[in-house]
Amino acid sequence: MKIMNMVNALNDALDIKLADDKSVVVYGEDVGVEGGVFRVTEGLQQKYGVERVFDSPLAESGIVGSAVGMAVSGLRPVVEMQFCGFIYPAFNQIISHASRMRNRSRGKYETPIVIRMPYGGGINALEHHSESMESIFGHIPGLKVVVPSTPHDAKGMMISAIESNDTILFMEPKRIYRAIKQEVQEGKYTIPLGKANVLSPGSDVTVVAYGAMVREVQRAMVMAKEQGISVELIDLRSIYPIDKETIAKSVKKTGRVITVTEGPRTYGVASEISQIAVEEAFLHLEAPPARVTGFDTIVPLPKGEYHYMQDPYKILYEIERIVKY
Amino acid sequence: MFKDYNPSDKKTFQVMNEEGKIVNKQHMPEITPERLLKAYKDMLFARTADLMTVSYQRQGRIYTYPPNYGQEAIAGAAGAIMRDQDWMVPAFREMGAMLAKGVTLKELFLYFMGNEEGSNFKNAKNVLPISVPIASQYVHATGIGYSIKYKKENSVVYAFVGDGGTSEGDFHEAVNFAGVWRVPVIFIIQNNQYGISTPVKVQTASESLAIKSIAYGVKGIRVDGNDFLAMYKALRESADICSKGEGPVLIEAVTYRKGAHTTSDDPTKYRTKEEEESWDIKDPLKRLKSYLIKEKLWSEKMEEELLPQYKQEIDRQFVEAENFGEYKAEDVFMHHYAETPDDLKEQLSQYNRFLQWRETRIKNEAKK
Ligand SMILES: Cc1ncc(C[n+]2csc(CCOP(=O)(O)OP(=O)(O)O)c2C)c(N)n1
Ligand SMILES: [Mg+2]
Repeated sequence: MKIMNMVNALNDALDIKLADDKSVVVYGEDVGVEGGVFRVTEGLQQKYGVERVFDSPLAESGIVGSAVGMAVSGLRPVVEMQFCGFIYPAFNQIISHASRMRNRSRGKYETPIVIRMPYGGGINALEHHSESMESIFGHIPGLKVVVPSTPHDAKGMMISAIESNDTILFMEPKRIYRAIKQEVQEGKYTIPLGKANVLSPGSDVTVVAYGAMVREVQRAMVMAKEQGISVELIDLRSIYPIDKETIAKSVKKTGRVITVTEGPRTYGVASEISQIAVEEAFLHLEAPPARVTGFDTIVPLPKGEYHYMQDPYKILYEIERIVKY
Repeated sequence: MFKDYNPSDKKTFQVMNEEGKIVNKQHMPEITPERLLKAYKDMLFARTADLMTVSYQRQGRIYTYPPNYGQEAIAGAAGAIMRDQDWMVPAFREMGAMLAKGVTLKELFLYFMGNEEGSNFKNAKNVLPISVPIASQYVHATGIGYSIKYKKENSVVYAFVGDGGTSEGDFHEAVNFAGVWRVPVIFIIQNNQYGISTPVKVQTASESLAIKSIAYGVKGIRVDGNDFLAMYKALRESADICSKGEGPVLIEAVTYRKGAHTTSDDPTKYRTKEEEESWDIKDPLKRLKSYLIKEKLWSEKMEEELLPQYKQEIDRQFVEAENFGEYKAEDVFMHHYAETPDDLKEQLSQYNRFLQWRETRIKNEAKK
């Protein structure tokens, strides 16, 4: 065991996979010499050389498109989008090729690519550095989208992602890159993608969250507990595939569900979870499924961002409301 | 001049050398001493503001900021040439040009304090807001060029991008479209040698960035971007070419980012002190100042007298920005649509109800 934050844990996962699989290559903007603007790839170029860990020209479409080419010809690229707001030049390559190549070629070609991307708000950043647009990616057939919320999960999920034969958008909650430290198992281990994790059992209400929102929910739970409300917290971990079973089981038990996301409300992940609750646990529901999400607005710049972001009070407000319903 | 400095000849256009001596009389731009002096003062103002902004950031009074230090001659020359009716399409490292167009420091400060109001340039005509997604603004410049041509206006577009930006597809599409449409756009590449930590040689195998103009069938030139006079001359001639309907033009301005990429960046990770120092003698302000002093248009003493006034003015605008006022919940919801949809209005009301609940709750907590 070793104490690590999420940056260390991701770095460790990349290190382990670079060491045990020659087909793994890591590249993107500033990931080589500098080790990434968040230092997730720090030291890897020195260790594995510039052929395997390198800086690319500044072009996201080029990065993901070339990864598709590498992947169909036998490599396992792990590429970085520097920030969530800069993935869009690559959107065409993701939605038109990476997610479709297997289907298009009827299984002849596959695209084992990991697209790493820091996302999310609350860090007082410039425009385009704070969005949480997982829903639009979760909506793409053929693409997997995952989000860890702890260093331990980040490492195990990253190793699984690199070993997976699918294209995976690996969203890294940058707000908690360094904020959470915990003991992380040394060496290789995997965490299956597509499985949610019940973080704390409870009986009155199920709260589903992921990424940096898990911590906000935990804070709200402390206040809820003072009022005698027992919350079951589920860390979703995977936007797609989505773990219906774990959600359904929990909602059947508690009869209430709230989803907490950073992204905009309409057509969001929360809507999907509400629908799962309705489909899978309709007769158990004691209140309409609820959601705590961003507004359907552009993420405000830092001066106004606190209005937009989820915080323990916003979550508690909804917990109280739904329990009293 | 464009003939004498064809990008395939590997030449860099210079008028004034590193000591501020005119080395290229033939191409000395026509510029009055008053205009030149004003340009220098504007650059000095921009540099002072830029350096002070970095220290405001260090004091925690603004968020992330991308310094302009070392690159001021490019924005300075564009600022000296752009007219009211011309368009400026910025990236994010050309403060001097924005100020020249009538953007106020207070607005820029507000922006870097994290308030969208800082992109609502009240008195500046035809300046787009700062564009963060690299090179995406370049295609807009081409579109504005089309409007100008379509409406037969007497106007030119000045578009900015960095060396790193030339790798994005948008850069190539913008210059290609502009070449096909023959629109009046001056594409200015600020080649400051790095895109964050990535050196130009990782961006392109081309001999230069200017040489890319040849592939698109547009005029191009590589200019010493730390030489104000060369930049002024190149832009002046480009503007004339555009006005005659013979644009677009691509200018590679060779410079060096003496500061960090942004206030969150640490350049020691990717470049040496020696390299940084080797650019000191090429400093754009020092060079122009030497020239002005030799021409008896300026003196160290005059500069010493001026600087405190500048600092005071900069600080005044900074404090004004700091006192701009509260960011209200409504401000988050404004300006998304011509008419705000009902659902969005409802989201604001819901949020206001929550705020009331929270206020009561926090009061009750305090009582306990
Ligand atoms: C599309 C996009 N990708 C990545 C980034 C992150 N980023 C911000 S500045 C920068 C480097 C830009 O380099 P260059 O174009 O040379 O401009 P400079 O910063 O040197 O002025 C990068 C990669 C971004 N803003 N937009
Ligand atoms: Mg650059």
